[in-house]
Amino acid sequence: MARKPGASLKKTVGQGSGGSPRDPARSSGATGQKIRLRDRLRGYLLNHRQVCMLTLQRLLKEPLQTLMTALVIAIALGLPAGLYVGVSNLQQLGDGFDSTARLTLFLSRNARVEAINRLRETLEKFPDIAEVEYVSREQALAEFKITSGFGEALAMLDENPLPPVLLIEPASGIQGDTVAVNALVERLKGQALVDDVQLDMKWIQRLQGILEVFYRLTLTLGIMLALGILLVIGNTIRLAIENRRDEIVVVKLVGGTNGYVRRPFLYTGLWYGVFGGLLAWLLVTISLSWLAGSVSSLASLYQSSFALTGLGFSGFVALPLMAGVLGLLGAWQAVARHLAAIEPR
Amino acid sequence: MIQFDRVSKRYVTGQEALSGVSFELARGEMSFLTGHSGAGKSTLLKLLMLMERPSGGQLLVNGKNLNRLHKSQVPFYRRNVGVVFQNHQLLFDRTVYDNVALPLLVSGYRPQEVGRRVRAALDKVGLLKKEQQNPVSLSGGEQQRVGIARAVVHKPRILLADEPTGNLDPELSAEIMDLFRQFGEVGVTVLIATHDIDLIASMGCRELQLSGGRLVAGEVAHGA
Repeated sequence: MARKPGASLKKTVGQGSGGSPRDPARSSGATGQKIRLRDRLRGYLLNHRQVCMLTLQRLLKEPLQTLMTALVIAIALGLPAGLYVGVSNLQQLGDGFDSTARLTLFLSRNARVEAINRLRETLEKFPDIAEVEYVSREQALAEFKITSGFGEALAMLDENPLPPVLLIEPASGIQGDTVAVNALVERLKGQALVDDVQLDMKWIQRLQGILEVFYRLTLTLGIMLALGILLVIGNTIRLAIENRRDEIVVVKLVGGTNGYVRRPFLYTGLWYGVFGGLLAWLLVTISLSWLAGSVSSLASLYQSSFALTGLGFSGFVALPLMAGVLGLLGAWQAVARHLAAIEPR
Repeated sequence: MIQFDRVSKRYVTGQEALSGVSFELARGEMSFLTGHSGAGKSTLLKLLMLMERPSGGQLLVNGKNLNRLHKSQVPFYRRNVGVVFQNHQLLFDRTVYDNVALPLLVSGYRPQEVGRRVRAALDKVGLLKKEQQNPVSLSGGEQQRVGIARAVVHKPRILLADEPTGNLDPELSAEIMDLFRQFGEVGVTVLIATHDIDLIASMGCRELQLSGGRLVAGEVAHGA
């Protein structure tokens, strides 16, 4: 039996093909390499499908535990998502005013109506002015009485304190072009009769500034909470790995690759993320519908038909998708840190 | 099939578990690995499973130098080796069938093929009727046989066993040894670590005897 090593080995290798069907060492499939590539690919995809469904079943078997973890993710995700929706809505509000930015020309109080009409005709010929509307002192007072609620007090005044006003809508070509609008303001200030020109954009600019701050805040909060989600999922997966220690050892002993061992944990992380994302969408949508009533009644006080815009379908897709990626990453970092340590001893 | 060439293993603790062990096992050869506890039997098996790496010497299996095998290749190497453990290493969260199917699932066999092979392996060890039971409900001998079915279901070229009859009565031990012999007859190289002297005598196989990490008997095969 004692042969030269080389001869013995050559013989063993050479006997790989043929042989009786009873011979396990010779029959096909005895080694990983002998399974055809196509079958291996099919087996790989099948394994993915099986693991995908198996992990889902395992999670649904413990609904409370799964719901808790998903809820933590949902809250961490819903907070920045809700903020984002709020800021977007305010942005929309600002945009609506921005597109009809008006100039108010306060004229001298003792300007005569003929002079005002002449000025109005001149201004209407300006190429960067779309429309001029004249509000007489009497009209202004009447309107102010209604809207301000100071009707009684105003009636006690001897004299109308309000100046005549020309409301000017800049041509659509220069809307949003701050430089052009400011140039127009300067030119209007130069006109006779004009006391002051007010550009109703200051508050919009302020709003934009505030919104910018809120956007940044939302982003910062989002990043911090995303890190939180990574840790939550990482910790959950770490516990799952600990619970399946025996299984991991046996799988490694019978030739399971690291990828095979990793797969169920990655899918579990993915599922947690997707569930969390769906729940987050639900949370934000419910909160918005709860807010919608009071927002629309507030808007109606301002003679606005403004209504809240929700997350919509894109949010319904984006939230679970983002959360799924976060879940996958969280699971990945847990797996990378803890799985290598579990080796058969 | 298996070739040890002056293999030694020193653990990080400084303990020299094996020193200068050289022997060769031919394809289909069945042999026993003996020695008192601490003699290095487990270490030798672990080297063959690539659970440990030698600190000196060469270890060749089927012509491949295990020292040069990259970590990522270890799973594929292990698919050619079947192992029976003293403590079975069965998973009690699934059925006997699923336990035995594990090596096949890991290698990506098709479901029909898995079913066929698992049943063949269970039939071989006489447990076909218990495939849907949980291994926890089986007796010690039956659990051991499930372990054997799992070790051979993927038709490995090498079958290693660590004290497979450790806590079984003589009759069961003889049955299990007979199973191992059948695998040897169909070309599987079988190496069994045991201290059951009576059993070895009755089998008439080659005996590799370790003492203090050195091979003291059986270096050369029978009839050489």
